[in-house]
Amino acid sequence: MDTFSKRKFIIAGIMLGIGAIFILRLFTIQITNKTYKQFATRNVLRKITTFPARGLIYDRNNELMVYNKAAYDLMIIPREAKAFDTTELCRIIQLDRLDLRDAIKKAKQYSYYKPSIVAGQISPDIYAPLQEKLYKYPGFFVQSRTLREYPSKSAAQVLGFVGEVNQKIIENDGYYRSGDYIGVSGLEKAYEKELRGIKGVTKSMVDVHNRIKGKYNEGLEDTTAILGQNLMTGLDASLEAYAELLLTNKRGAVVAIEPATGEIILMVSAPSYDPNLLVGRQRSTNYSILDRDSLNKPMWNRAVIGRYPPGSTFKLANALIALQEHAITPFDRFSCSGKGTKPISCTHSHVSPLALREGIRESCNSFFWNTFRQIMNRKSNTAESYQVWRDYITSFGFGQKLNPELSSEVKGNIPEVALYDKWYTPGHWNAMTIRSLAIGQGEIEATPLQMVNLCALIANRGYYIEPHIVKAIQDTNRVFRKLKFEKKVVNIDQEHFNTVIDGMQAVVDETRTLGATVHLDNLIICGKTGTVQNPHGADHSAFVGFAPRDNPKIAIVVFIENAGFGATYAAPIAGLLIEKYMNDSIVPKRKELEQRLIETDLMNVVEIKKKL
Amino acid sequence: MEKKNNVWENVDWITIGIYLAMMLIGWINIYAAVFNEEHKSIFDMTQQYGKQLMWIGAAIFIAVLMINTDSKFFVSFAFPIYIIVITILLLVPFIGKEINGAKSWIQIGSFLLQPSEFMKMATSLALARYISSYNFKIHSYKSLVALGGIILVPVGLIFMQNDTGSAIVFGVFLLVLYREGLNGIVLFFSFLIALVFIFTMVLDSFVTILILTVAAFLINYLMKQKLQRTMIGAGVFTGIFTTLWLINYLFQGSIDPLFFILAAAIITSAVFFIWAMVLRKRSLMILIGIYLGSVLFSVSVDYVFHNIMEQHQRDRINELLGIQSDLHGAGYHVNQSKIAIGSGGFFGKGFLQGTQTKFDFVPEQSTDFIFCTIGEEWGFLGTTAVIGLFLGLLMRIIFLAERNRSKFSRVYGYCVATILFFHFAVNIGMTIGLAPVIGIPLPFFSYGGSSLWSFTLLLFVFIRLDASRFEQLSY
Repeated sequence: MDTFSKRKFIIAGIMLGIGAIFILRLFTIQITNKTYKQFATRNVLRKITTFPARGLIYDRNNELMVYNKAAYDLMIIPREAKAFDTTELCRIIQLDRLDLRDAIKKAKQYSYYKPSIVAGQISPDIYAPLQEKLYKYPGFFVQSRTLREYPSKSAAQVLGFVGEVNQKIIENDGYYRSGDYIGVSGLEKAYEKELRGIKGVTKSMVDVHNRIKGKYNEGLEDTTAILGQNLMTGLDASLEAYAELLLTNKRGAVVAIEPATGEIILMVSAPSYDPNLLVGRQRSTNYSILDRDSLNKPMWNRAVIGRYPPGSTFKLANALIALQEHAITPFDRFSCSGKGTKPISCTHSHVSPLALREGIRESCNSFFWNTFRQIMNRKSNTAESYQVWRDYITSFGFGQKLNPELSSEVKGNIPEVALYDKWYTPGHWNAMTIRSLAIGQGEIEATPLQMVNLCALIANRGYYIEPHIVKAIQDTNRVFRKLKFEKKVVNIDQEHFNTVIDGMQAVVDETRTLGATVHLDNLIICGKTGTVQNPHGADHSAFVGFAPRDNPKIAIVVFIENAGFGATYAAPIAGLLIEKYMNDSIVPKRKELEQRLIETDLMNVVEIKKKL
Repeated sequence: MEKKNNVWENVDWITIGIYLAMMLIGWINIYAAVFNEEHKSIFDMTQQYGKQLMWIGAAIFIAVLMINTDSKFFVSFAFPIYIIVITILLLVPFIGKEINGAKSWIQIGSFLLQPSEFMKMATSLALARYISSYNFKIHSYKSLVALGGIILVPVGLIFMQNDTGSAIVFGVFLLVLYREGLNGIVLFFSFLIALVFIFTMVLDSFVTILILTVAAFLINYLMKQKLQRTMIGAGVFTGIFTTLWLINYLFQGSIDPLFFILAAAIITSAVFFIWAMVLRKRSLMILIGIYLGSVLFSVSVDYVFHNIMEQHQRDRINELLGIQSDLHGAGYHVNQSKIAIGSGGFFGKGFLQGTQTKFDFVPEQSTDFIFCTIGEEWGFLGTTAVIGLFLGLLMRIIFLAERNRSKFSRVYGYCVATILFFHFAVNIGMTIGLAPVIGIPLPFFSYGGSSLWSFTLLLFVFIRLDASRFEQLSY
């Protein structure tokens, strides 16, 4: 035995001593002290997420376009649930027994301890009786949510809709949990971060009878939900509804802009749908119905994804470029012999030869072919001239996205030199080859938004403000934050705009059809029609215009698919919308026109072209 | 001499019995802790309880392997094993896999091993080998340097891998050295330093000095039974502190009150020290020396922590001592853990009936906080049984160690006992609020293959050594 052998008792003593202290301690906390037990019974903790109301969306007159209504989710924590009367619960929440069973099974699969939704978006009238009986169902509780409500039922594609987050979103963004809502399209998607607010969490202690016993940890861990921010848009809800009425049974788009500010007053895509369809328990059913409608594509926002040749409305752009480049003067005349004119025939016979003002008025293809040819001959070779022309066109907003809010927006197409070089080999193409561009046909593709932007640019005599829907955001302190938008100035002298505008005024005031359907005695409207050749069917009917001539308040495009002459449908619809916006009402003598337009069904016109 | 080849007749079945019982109880409680309704079978391999069974199977295999290894192997290869594990530890920063911010794991196939766990056994072997060497004298300069090296090299490496909890465990080897003749004063001072350090960190320097002062006066009174002298001392101390504090208050100064209590401690100590010198009271001088040393240590720890260390180093220490700056604040987990254990009562809530140890309340309920499940579902009966099992195992190992004539086996046995003891004391201590929250597992109970295997290895090397107690372990 070594000399330090006795130290084994000290070491063993330390160990036994610690063990004794532990047992003593355990004796006090497990047996003598009752507070831990009491605390534990209250310690069934329930995390209730409080969902802030999503931000509201207002129109330019502070009318509500989107608000919220109350709804409730019935939640379950499987671990806490006991056997219960399924029949009664099903009756109260109006759910099939099998569906209930499936929902509970799914909840168990997801988590035994975390809450899952059993029945989502229960309306307040079901919620009331449910709340009374909830004590019978331990493990169940109700979480309040808000659902979107669209009072005017219009602007569906612009406002977009809200849907449940999918697994991918949950994985990529820590904010979202299963069952949360997120903006899926339109403004709801673009301003998701502002609209959604910030979720709050309340931790409550719940007793075995499913009753909330008080705040957990004195509420120190609770966070308050922060309301979503409100969006102030430039849209005019009543005009939006009126436009949709006029577009009944038509396919197409209408966009209007306030030129001075770039605010989008109107954005309609027809056919549309009632946005309220994509809310609540029927959302997914309705969604697939809308999504499957491949003929009408009601969820498409044609105003920004429709890629149309701009047709004759594009002549305005060519006129501006020609004047600025001194390719023509306002007094240069070109002759036209109507339908037989080469290389581009004209749609009708009119005075000849004619200068720019009349050229615009008569929409003379021959005039604009000559104008375009002059532009293409400015430089030593066509490619160079084309590049100059293309730079102007893109500076007008074509061939690019104009509005970052609408993620579905397309760029359209203004071909690059390289494309023609590829098609025809460099040096082997000229004005003649690409003559369709003179009248806005051919390879050019533009969205209705781009077309109206050109019109706003003309109305402003040389600049446009980035077109936008939301102009200000009202933060949680109810303070407005005005959004800033870039002003884009184009390199065209102001005098040239006046020349072109003279022509546009003549279109409305001096032509027979528009004089009857668009012209107003107390308001100078300037415009340009377009009959857009459509290789897939009947021509599209288009009209761009603005009013009043001085200090313009509205620039508008109306684009109706397969409706034939621009003057027939697009122009009068634009006329009515301008009148409604400027004067707030339609003069009685035009009520008949209004009625006729509403009743016109252009949904099945495919063969109209052949009739003409 | 016994027949050499029948080692099974000489193994200590009591130790093995306790070992198996612990693993079984641990497994059942892991099942209860992470019970999942959708995977009801305890054998479900997708769940922790199914996997733990696999780890247990492998652990038993390791145990059998160890028993069938020649005991001389461990003696002869003590240093090589130590060197190999050190090498692996050195390689971990390069080949390791990072989990929870600690790059201390290596992946072999689908298994994750933590070399630091196996370092405990390797260090124990090396210590046993060195101490049992011929002509070993613990207080020789050479021995102290060598022992310090054997212990501190792995500590340094493990510390650098962010696995502070495992590094701390090596401190317990002081007990082994004490058993082998290290001066008890070293043990006392180590304990005092650790205590002052923990108090300074968990509370703060001010409170620590206050506690030290009260303790010093109390000891002084108990030693000499001189109430009057103690009261005068306390009066001087309080007077100095209050005066300084009042001056600061009246002149609206913003001096940290820590300086006042420090000044009070130094001045009072100085006065009493001179007095003790005059009266030649040696014990009082020692007491004042220790007191003042502790006070200054506490203040320097405080200063170094707040003014010299960088934030990430501070975070490490806070994390080690369970002082987390999260929403819950310090003590949240301990409080939840105490509620869970406390709510178990005498008989417990019953198997699978626990509510507190589930999901939200207690963290790491299958690993570091497994004792909560035992406390909640099996009550005071369960917790005392587990503590009883541990104390039984520890006593048994000490008994076995002492009965071995081989110094190697004895030192190794003490290493095993003290390592298990440290884990036991800190792990259970933290769940009942008696120790800082240092995340180290409860041996044989906590979920996880790496720790179970390393403890099995640790224990069964000793069982094997003990089985050869009648042989001459020569080297």
